[in-house]
Amino acid sequence: MNCVAHASETDLRKLLLAAINGDEAAYQRFLTRAAGLVRGFARRRCGALVDPEDIVQETLLAVHLKRHTWQTDAAVEPWLYAIARYKLVDAFRRKGRRIEVDIDGLADVLAAEPEAETLMARDVERVLDCLPAGQRNVVEAISVDGRSITETAVQFGMNEGAVRVALHRGLKTIAARFGKS
Amino acid sequence: MKTDDLIRGLSADRVSGMGMDRVWGLTLALAVIAAGVVFFATMGPRPDFGAAAETVRFIFKFIVTIVLAATAWLVLRRLSMPGGRGGLLPMVMAPVMLIAAVLLELAVLPSSNVAMSVIGKNAMVCLVAIPAIGLLPLVIFLAGLRHGAPERPGLAGMVAGVLAGAVAATFYAAHCTDDSPLFVVTWYPLAIAIVAVAGAVAARIVVRW
Repeated sequence: MNCVAHASETDLRKLLLAAINGDEAAYQRFLTRAAGLVRGFARRRCGALVDPEDIVQETLLAVHLKRHTWQTDAAVEPWLYAIARYKLVDAFRRKGRRIEVDIDGLADVLAAEPEAETLMARDVERVLDCLPAGQRNVVEAISVDGRSITETAVQFGMNEGAVRVALHRGLKTIAARFGKS
Repeated sequence: MKTDDLIRGLSADRVSGMGMDRVWGLTLALAVIAAGVVFFATMGPRPDFGAAAETVRFIFKFIVTIVLAATAWLVLRRLSMPGGRGGLLPMVMAPVMLIAAVLLELAVLPSSNVAMSVIGKNAMVCLVAIPAIGLLPLVIFLAGLRHGAPERPGLAGMVAGVLAGAVAATFYAAHCTDDSPLFVVTWYPLAIAIVAVAGAVAARIVVRW
């Protein structure tokens, strides 16, 4: 068990170091691995109130936007789980607040519960809708349609630098708005 | 959006933030400059600075505020990164040194002078000047925290306040003519606590990620 955990940490570290040096494929593998770990972590703790996949997505956004807070001499997993824990606590606090608002009529709460869950599952979609059209087009083209930066630039008649900026800004906005509202 | 779609979007984004070591080096430099500018523009060092610099009590004020600033800086740096180990323990060093100095002072000072040393002449100036000089440094350190990812924003904000207060106190100590550890132990912690509370409250609002 210990051996498995150690191998996982070593792999994660290799992938993340490669990613920091600009290896996009390694970064994609790192994020996929991280998503798997956080999914397990979140599923064991979420209960019915919070959709574990929302915690996974929020954690990945934070891992990405705060990856400069990982120091190359630190272990990857404690860093990753610390971010996941912060996002989980944050989600529960938001839910708690929402429940306090809803608790006026018990019938409403019971009727609203399944609906609230589907709403949570669409959090990123709703946030995408809030993005300015330019950022939204770029984020969707690259993530949902799987286009490269170059293809996206051609598609929207932008230069590649502008595509990169729009992508980064769009992801930042998604992270900031995720789960709020 | 599916998680795999999100991962594709994230891995295409190459923009990365400044490393935390550089951030905390930069914020410390900016905070010292900001505090220095405010200090020299408003009060400046006491007229007898040169003569005072030859007395142990005067020098000790700087030692204790600089030790507090250094330890708070180390703790803040760790608190700003997820999964960072270690607690607030390094920050007890300055208080322990100050308490030892107080005991020495009580041993050498005639008891009739104790009350006068505690009250001093600058208590109110101290309570206003340290938070005033520390305000800009606090804003700068909170910006550093926003760039990081503190797991406990309130606690990290408090430490940012202690650091800002300690930087401010280091400058203020050059102005203040009350050099007795009895004055320092009574008023400096109170003044720094004002900045620490402001830091904790502000961080809970502005440092969210």
